[in-house]
Amino acid sequence: MAKMNMLHAINSALDITMAENNQACIFGEDVGHFGGVFRATSGLQEKYGKHRVFNTPLTEQGILGFANGLAAFGAPALAEIQFADYIFPAFDQIVNESAKFRYRSGNEFDVGNLTIRTPYGGGIAGGLYHSQSPEAYFAHTPGLKLVVPRNPHQAKGLLRACIKDDNPVIFFEPKRLYRASIGEVPEEDYTIEIGKAEVVKEGSDVTLLAWGAQMEIIEQAAEKAEEAGVSCEIIDLRSILPWDVETIAKSVVKTGRLIISHEAPITNGFGAEIAATIQEACFLHLESPIMRVCGLDTPYPLALEKEYVPDALKVFAAIKKSVEF
Amino acid sequence: MTNPNNISLNISHALKFIDSHALDIPTLTILGENGEILEGAAAPDIDKDTAINLYTTMRFIRLLDERMQAAQRQGRVSFYMQCLGEEAAITPSAAALKPQDMIMAQYREQAALAYRGFTLEQFMNQLFSNEKDLGKGRQMPVHYGSNELHYLTISSPLGTQIPQATGYAYGQKLKHIDPATGELNSEIDNLTICYFGEGAASEGDFHAGLNMAAVHEAPVLFFARNNGYAISTPADEQFKGDGIASRGVGYGIKTIRVDGGDALAVFAATQAARKMAVENGEPILIESIAYRLGAHSTSDDPSGYRSKEEEAEFKGSCPIERFKKWLLKQGWLNEQEDEAEKDKIREDILAALKVAEKVQKPALEELVSDVYDEPIPALQKQYEELKEHIKQHPEAYPVTAGRIK
Repeated sequence: MAKMNMLHAINSALDITMAENNQACIFGEDVGHFGGVFRATSGLQEKYGKHRVFNTPLTEQGILGFANGLAAFGAPALAEIQFADYIFPAFDQIVNESAKFRYRSGNEFDVGNLTIRTPYGGGIAGGLYHSQSPEAYFAHTPGLKLVVPRNPHQAKGLLRACIKDDNPVIFFEPKRLYRASIGEVPEEDYTIEIGKAEVVKEGSDVTLLAWGAQMEIIEQAAEKAEEAGVSCEIIDLRSILPWDVETIAKSVVKTGRLIISHEAPITNGFGAEIAATIQEACFLHLESPIMRVCGLDTPYPLALEKEYVPDALKVFAAIKKSVEF
Repeated sequence: MTNPNNISLNISHALKFIDSHALDIPTLTILGENGEILEGAAAPDIDKDTAINLYTTMRFIRLLDERMQAAQRQGRVSFYMQCLGEEAAITPSAAALKPQDMIMAQYREQAALAYRGFTLEQFMNQLFSNEKDLGKGRQMPVHYGSNELHYLTISSPLGTQIPQATGYAYGQKLKHIDPATGELNSEIDNLTICYFGEGAASEGDFHAGLNMAAVHEAPVLFFARNNGYAISTPADEQFKGDGIASRGVGYGIKTIRVDGGDALAVFAATQAARKMAVENGEPILIESIAYRLGAHSTSDDPSGYRSKEEEAEFKGSCPIERFKKWLLKQGWLNEQEDEAEKDKIREDILAALKVAEKVQKPALEELVSDVYDEPIPALQKQYEELKEHIKQHPEAYPVTAGRIK
């Protein structure tokens, strides 16, 4: 075990991957000698060579097109999109190509070797274009897997699982936690299963569900609630696609209440999918309507970021509303 | 370049713009209309077997296209796309490659696949989306693919294969790079050829793919089929520059333009391009100039967007006949035998069509397989629910109802 921040944990997962397969390549904007704008790939070019860790021209559609080709060839393709806000030029390559490669070819070809890493989310004064959480766009696309870690330990284990998974995966990294989140991380290799949520804290009155950086927020809200005498069960969804209906449903059957929180705008956010599925699965067990505490239906703001974000106070207000319903 | 801006340093004190058509791009032509080697041209190094295979593939594709175009009109298949007029652009470029080289095509390159050995039965199974189709009946007709033959399954979105070809080719090069020096330590054994039309070259993926191939020195042959039309849009409404070839220079890519009706010119250009690409580890751009004699697909009628006079001007020249005349001059082909073989192929095609159209559609399971390597729980649940529903209403789902376990 070693103390690592999330960047170190990610770097460690990449390092293990590069050492394990001499065809694995890391590429994206500024990921080479500079080590990425957040330094997630720091030191890897020196270790594995310019031919395996390299800067690409500034073209996200090109990065993903290249990645699809390299993955189809059979090499682990570790593509970085510098900010999730800039993933949209690559939308066609991801949605029409990566996601459908296996299906459309009848399994003659696949891009299971593809892993896309991209920092997402707010809290860094990044405004409209350095703060978005675009997971819901991709959650509407069969063929993709989507994973979000909440701390360094989870980041390393989940990223290794994404890389080993034989499907294209987008790994959304909560950039607000890159350096802020520090914890014990094994130096050796390990994986955390994709598609499984984790009950982080057991409770009896209300289930709080989030993923990534939002976990910290619902944990803070739960502390306030505990002080007010409300017992919260806290769950980290971890995988958005596929997502663990069973664990959430089991918790909601127990607590009778569910609050989902994410930073992305509320309308058609992934919380909507969870709410729809859980109300169907747990209808007769619900004590109150499933609630969502999310971003507003606006672009991500700058000066009014504090007002926009679903902070712990907003989550706590929802908890009170839910138990008093 | 040794300056931060990565430019050639050529300081001038005269205010002068470079002309927008400054390049004077030649079109390589070797074979005359009567099958003669043109003056000043040299026939490429092509052996008799290759030449015959090349010819019989073009001949087969012409006959297959004729039959399947008619089959679509009869309502037997939903859709078809002919290679008409471009057979000598596609086939020789495939013939100049190694069988293990990767082919990433757009959709009109069935001749390249036929050259690799895709069987008549395999073509038919895909066209009828039956249960024997390698693509499991999931894509519209002509979206062929074969892992065994190194022919990537066709994807309808245009141009997406271009940056993919760069990535695939980079993978092919990786094992030949010396980790210590970053330089090639052996000749690259296989490369990728990437076909696309002049219309698709307007997509952003074209720019991304060529620029990245140049920067990352990927051994990929970009084969632009400039056939004059993107569905109904003529090339002069697609771009202003001198064809697609003029762009190669902008990306720092060696480029050649060839007469796409001249099988020998296309073969020679591709053969030479392949050699450079595998020796140096670099991309090459080939622009082939031919005329799309047929419609874009069975869904459009060219009389709505081009004149009969224009079509007549190009119809007189058949790329297959042109190559055949050369073969006859070489004494490698017998006219009577050729005609007899054509009759036999027509019979074979019709017979294969009649078989394939009766093969049943894929089983229900193929609706949900291959979305992931293993169906995810949500999809598995949907599948079980669908099966139950079909079992309750078998008459409404005759294709699969009888086969549900």
